[in-house]
Amino acid sequence: MRVYSDAAKEHFTNPRNVGTLSEPDGKGSDANPSCGDRTTITLRVSSGRVSEIAFRTFGCTAAIASASQVTELALGRPVDGAWALEPADVLNALGGLPPDKEACALMAVGALRAALLDARVRT
Amino acid sequence: MRAYFDHAATTPLDPEVADAMSRVLRDVYGNPSSIYSEGQTARALVDQAREDVARALGAAPNEIVFTSGGTEADNLALRGTLRARAAEGDGLVTTAIEHHAVLDTAHDLAHEGRARVTVVGVDKHGRVEPEAIERALDRRTVLVSVMHGNNEIGTLQPLARIGAIDREHGITFHSDAVQTVGALPLDVSRVPVDLVSVNAHKFYGPKGVGALYVRTGTRIATLQTGGGQEKGRRTGTENVAGIVGLGVALRIAAAKRAEESARQARLRDRLIEGVRGRIPGAVLTGHPSERLPNNASFCFPGTQGEALVVALDLAGFAVSSGSACTSGSTEPSHVLLALGLGREVAQGSLRLTLGRGTTEAEIDALLAALPPIVARLRAVSAVPV
Repeated sequence: MRVYSDAAKEHFTNPRNVGTLSEPDGKGSDANPSCGDRTTITLRVSSGRVSEIAFRTFGCTAAIASASQVTELALGRPVDGAWALEPADVLNALGGLPPDKEACALMAVGALRAALLDARVRT
Repeated sequence: MRAYFDHAATTPLDPEVADAMSRVLRDVYGNPSSIYSEGQTARALVDQAREDVARALGAAPNEIVFTSGGTEADNLALRGTLRARAAEGDGLVTTAIEHHAVLDTAHDLAHEGRARVTVVGVDKHGRVEPEAIERALDRRTVLVSVMHGNNEIGTLQPLARIGAIDREHGITFHSDAVQTVGALPLDVSRVPVDLVSVNAHKFYGPKGVGALYVRTGTRIATLQTGGGQEKGRRTGTENVAGIVGLGVALRIAAAKRAEESARQARLRDRLIEGVRGRIPGAVLTGHPSERLPNNASFCFPGTQGEALVVALDLAGFAVSSGSACTSGSTEPSHVLLALGLGREVAQGSLRLTLGRGTTEAEIDALLAALPPIVARLRAVSAVPV
């Protein structure tokens, strides 16, 4: 198998925060046009923090693991702190991804930022 | 527990083949071209293998050219024919579901200006209509290349009918039979095919050795120049151990074929029925009956192939998908797209290919493991199913 870290395999096998929140404060998507993978994140903000978050991903192991990981990193953070999350933070938390899969972390962060931006506009 | 369901990719070496090869590697070092006894010992082994391969195909020994595998056999067939018949024409007709070894070679020849390539489409089951091949022929056509059994979806092609059309027009007919030789009978004394590609590691032989059957009288040019081995058609000192392995492997495969292919077909049908009964929306790809006895291939809308492969690997199963998802770009399989499937459906492809070691217990274990994996990936998926 392509070498995935134990953390990536764990997130892939038991993804956290799967789903779509109803009437979220923010909703955002990102896609990787080169492969057709895409992720949608919905979230709620209360007292300036990400209080609820959920994701859906159509894509490969790395895309699912990255999205699951980014929701775990964002949950409970102040909005500014969540906004500051970078692909490198996702990669570090996952213990790395295969080099040809690092774009998947970018997509996860892209979906998170789109959702946060949406929440900022709406609230 | 590990269960191997990727016999279309490669098969484990048969122990009898391994024994025969290791004896050669240990004890036979002579060059088959040398006239003293060490060389002649090696020559005799190569000749025996040539007879074994010829017998399995219904061919004569001098019609067998050993190569480094299926890819080289396909290249030799296409490039060698186009070069040998260049004075007569440059038309090459092939199909949309060929292996890359044929399709990319055809495109390369076209790019170099050495062939006009016509690619004929297939129906939703992956079958090529012989009439569609006939319509694609013109006075400049010198070669038709149609695979026997497809490596991804297992669909078998009506070689006899296509070959009869080609023969009527004096056109060389090549078939990549890499997936079928060993699994299904292909008798060149009855099927009008002029060139057939064979690959040892698809029937429990070694990697790195194959053969091209070249019907007597078929004009074909060599791709490499050198010492003139294989009657000048594929020059280079013979891979003696590999060739011996090919011969033994094909002899064993031919002896086991009738019983083993029927057994695998029964297990394949159990697998197909089980998947269809347990997984909503599962799409069987390939022909419902005219397919390789060991191939069960599907698309599961709402899933992505790489994720299916990794999830099954973690559960103990070695499988493959037509969507490779490498280097950050997933190009859906050209075979699945040729069937008319949408790109997103084609991304969720899974190929399960059985072999001699496959048991009913393994089929049932796979049928237990797969449905929850598909359900999980669909639950995560952003795609409505």
